[in-house]
Amino acid sequence: MTDSANRAPTLFHDAAKTLKGKITLDGVNVFYGPKQAIFDVSMEIPDRSVTAFIGPSGCGKSTILRTINRMNETIDIARTDGSIRIDGEEINSKAVDPVILRARVGMVFQKPNPFPKSIYDNVAYGPRIHGLASNKEELGEIVETSLRKAGLWDEVADRLDQPGTGLSGGQQQRLVIARAIAVSPEVILMDEPCSALDPIATAKIEELIDELRENYCIVIVTHSMAQAARVSQMTAFFHMGDLVEYGPTEEIFTNPHEPRTQDYITGRFG
Amino acid sequence: MPNQHPSHTVRAYADELNGLSDEIARMGGLCESQVSDCIAAVMRRDPALAQRVVDGDHQVDALETATEKRVIRMLALRQPMASDLRSTIAAYRISGDLERIGDLAKNIARRTHELNKAEPLELTRSVERMGKLVVANLHRVLDAFSVGSAEEAIAVCRADEEVDEHYNSLFRELLSFMIEDPRTITASAHLLFVAKNLERIGDHTTNVAEMIHYLVTGEELHREIRRDPNHSA
Repeated sequence: MTDSANRAPTLFHDAAKTLKGKITLDGVNVFYGPKQAIFDVSMEIPDRSVTAFIGPSGCGKSTILRTINRMNETIDIARTDGSIRIDGEEINSKAVDPVILRARVGMVFQKPNPFPKSIYDNVAYGPRIHGLASNKEELGEIVETSLRKAGLWDEVADRLDQPGTGLSGGQQQRLVIARAIAVSPEVILMDEPCSALDPIATAKIEELIDELRENYCIVIVTHSMAQAARVSQMTAFFHMGDLVEYGPTEEIFTNPHEPRTQDYITGRFG
Repeated sequence: MPNQHPSHTVRAYADELNGLSDEIARMGGLCESQVSDCIAAVMRRDPALAQRVVDGDHQVDALETATEKRVIRMLALRQPMASDLRSTIAAYRISGDLERIGDLAKNIARRTHELNKAEPLELTRSVERMGKLVVANLHRVLDAFSVGSAEEAIAVCRADEEVDEHYNSLFRELLSFMIEDPRTITASAHLLFVAKNLERIGDHTTNVAEMIHYLVTGEELHREIRRDPNHSA
């Protein structure tokens, strides 16, 4: 069925073998029509920690990220098999409502995508549709704490009624993160969250990621090796749909065991 | 040469890494001849050769400064990762150890003048044997660097035990020598410093070997590995 039999198994560093995961991927394969994009990926992603997915373009890192909140379902020809569990609960089962799942597993994209609404409504939108606040005061509190957690409150407190799209790129990205936090997710997935931002805005997002890690399980896809090295505790290297190597970030960046990982992070191919 | 860095996507980066290895090799070669020259100067009671060693030390220093600048530049501009990072850091530390070896050779050369004032001591031969051992290890570690051999690096660490033993027995011999004939104390004390400096050169050689091991394997060299299993001491 798949040619995964010919592929080299993932090289797990010792710390990655004994990891207790918030998210467990178990033999995950993803297909786009007849083409297989992900080959038999198994890994444990720890809670209250940042896990970085790195690899060259087309290696499948975004695809695997999108399996974690079933975003691939929005693509007609995409098909996922294997098991994906959050806290031991299978997320691919019919019993799981993808809308509820996506509140538990928030997502931040490459380009900030605020709704064409006010800053306030951008953040209040999720809590409203999920009925998380019983009155206006509570909703206001959720909006404020979310914006504070996203490090944006001080910059927007006096103009909450203005459109979110009027903010700078870095502010928009933090607004989107505030929107994700507002529905009290457990996991936050980030797909290249800083690639459209300047270094200062990037530094603010990275600082934010570091703070958020105290309360959330964060998975970040990034093309910037330096960013993966800076923000993550665990790093997974993907190549041509394989999870090649998975281990503590420090080890991956100082002493990778797989030649393919070594070549990629030192810039010998990619 | 395995310790060269081919096929980097950015060729200038590979050139810089290779340049760094070349510089270390050059510096190592220079140190090796400084050490063997300073021993020869002591043995042959040759003040001119001793002076050449003293004068030559600034070349070693200049190479260390150049390496240091290169490393800082690479850390700032290239942000080396994985094996490249290890090469860069190892080069930085190895150049520091080589610079110290150069200083110690200079110090030995300077004692030639004092030793020449007194009658030759019989034990000078023993110091020469120790010196040959130290030079051989230094040569070996530089070869280990150029071929990128962790096994050779371990072997060098183990071989340093012999240098230490040599030093300890020399120390005891010189001590009894001085007790027997107090007129030899000045010369013996200088010779003891020569031996001590050789022992220190051996230690820096071991440091270089440890860095090579790290550079090649990414692992620190543990004490257990360093100890020779066939050696009972």
